[in-house]
Amino acid sequence: MQAQARNTVYGGGFANPPVDSAHGFRAAMNAMARPGTIQRISGATPPDGISPAAGALLLTLCDPETGVYLTPDVDSDDLRGWLTFHTGAPVVAAEQADFALGSWAALMPLDRFRIGTPEYPDRSATLIVEMPELDAPNARLQGPGIKDSARLTLPDLEEFQHNAMLYPLGVDFFFTSGSQLAALPRSTKVTAGE
Amino acid sequence: MSDYNFAYLDEQTKRMIRRAILKGLAVPGYQVPFASREMPMPYGWGTGGVQVSAATLTPEDTLKVIDQGADDTTNAVSIRKFFERTAGVATTEETAKASVIQTRHRIPEAELSEDQILVYQVPIPEPLRFLEPRETETRKMHALQEYGLMHVKLYEDISQHGAIATAYAYPVKVEGRYVMDPSPIPKFDNPKMEMAAIQLFGAGREQRIYAVPPYTKVVSLDFEDYPFEASKADHPCDLCGAEDSYLDEVILDDAGNRMFVCSDTDYCRSRREAGHSGRLGEEAA
Repeated sequence: MQAQARNTVYGGGFANPPVDSAHGFRAAMNAMARPGTIQRISGATPPDGISPAAGALLLTLCDPETGVYLTPDVDSDDLRGWLTFHTGAPVVAAEQADFALGSWAALMPLDRFRIGTPEYPDRSATLIVEMPELDAPNARLQGPGIKDSARLTLPDLEEFQHNAMLYPLGVDFFFTSGSQLAALPRSTKVTAGE
Repeated sequence: MSDYNFAYLDEQTKRMIRRAILKGLAVPGYQVPFASREMPMPYGWGTGGVQVSAATLTPEDTLKVIDQGADDTTNAVSIRKFFERTAGVATTEETAKASVIQTRHRIPEAELSEDQILVYQVPIPEPLRFLEPRETETRKMHALQEYGLMHVKLYEDISQHGAIATAYAYPVKVEGRYVMDPSPIPKFDNPKMEMAAIQLFGAGREQRIYAVPPYTKVVSLDFEDYPFEASKADHPCDLCGAEDSYLDEVILDDAGNRMFVCSDTDYCRSRREAGHSGRLGEEAA
């Protein structure tokens, strides 16, 4: 249906952008400041193919100043149209991306993303990893934001250990599933363990 | 309130600040550059802290603003009113009831919880600035972790004064990596920086944002034979009798009489309401 197709691109944004994005950011900040915690983020209804949490995160953080890379498994005309209409963010190659969105397998290899420079480690990519679930912790986390240790569902261990070794350079991760959100900054040390 | 966007700043500015905060949290103690905006208050009045607060607040938050520990000074009152008007948030003077606390140069005496966010106003974010004026050089020094100069400065303190004379803005090392300016808080407050709350730092004029996530290791620089000491005036509060709080010295008259009072006005008031009293507590009441 024509109306339905148009609706997926133009609809599904924040109903009240200043308030919804304030809530979205609070969830994102709590996730990044307390690795291992699961936050709830909502307010967005993105086109099929990405989670509401990933959609809300894009609306909260992206605008014409941020390049977004979409992996082939989530990339679609609908998503591009939705992203462009609601945020104005350009879709770029992985090497130039400020944000990247996709499944873990499709985001590989990680070394194509920007990790910052020694003088400006903040000039690095933030990866939004779509996860089937966040409720089966398989990794133990230690580092800033964590009192003793925390647990999180991660799609891999070695890649995160390698990323942490680059500290203070490296990429930072958000994990999204449904309306759930978690994060793993480069400062977190990851070991196996439930 | 409908005359302003929520919390004054436009959405694109808030997004830019929010992205800087997230990178700051990912690299604790590292100063993230951001495009600081003109705010309706002069530089030096907390424009950095105000922008960070504006990007952080949600309508459900309760805001507390302190200036040197006090809720009732000009700076604190005007910033509190600013957000009452532009964000419509509830405000409080009670530390425990606040979800976001913007502070100038103090950490509240009451221990902060996991549900709280502490926003610092920072005048000079670069701890090495007075040792090396060039930004290109201090960037390189942070990149190379070249902090010898800071230790030389502390050593010179000892050789001149017999002790580390730096009493405020005492440099700290965050998570064993970045040397950070904790903003001009008294060094008495330094040990409190390993806290449960999220700490965000905003420097408006210098256009820098940095952050310390909860439970991050924050170590005050020192030497084995001259260990760091969190000092305060050796005196109880004259109003509430507290012996564990940071004190302001107030001159009372031309005869040299003076009193020491808690710099944290909420802490002092809550203690007096609970029945504690100091040397001058009765008269003041």
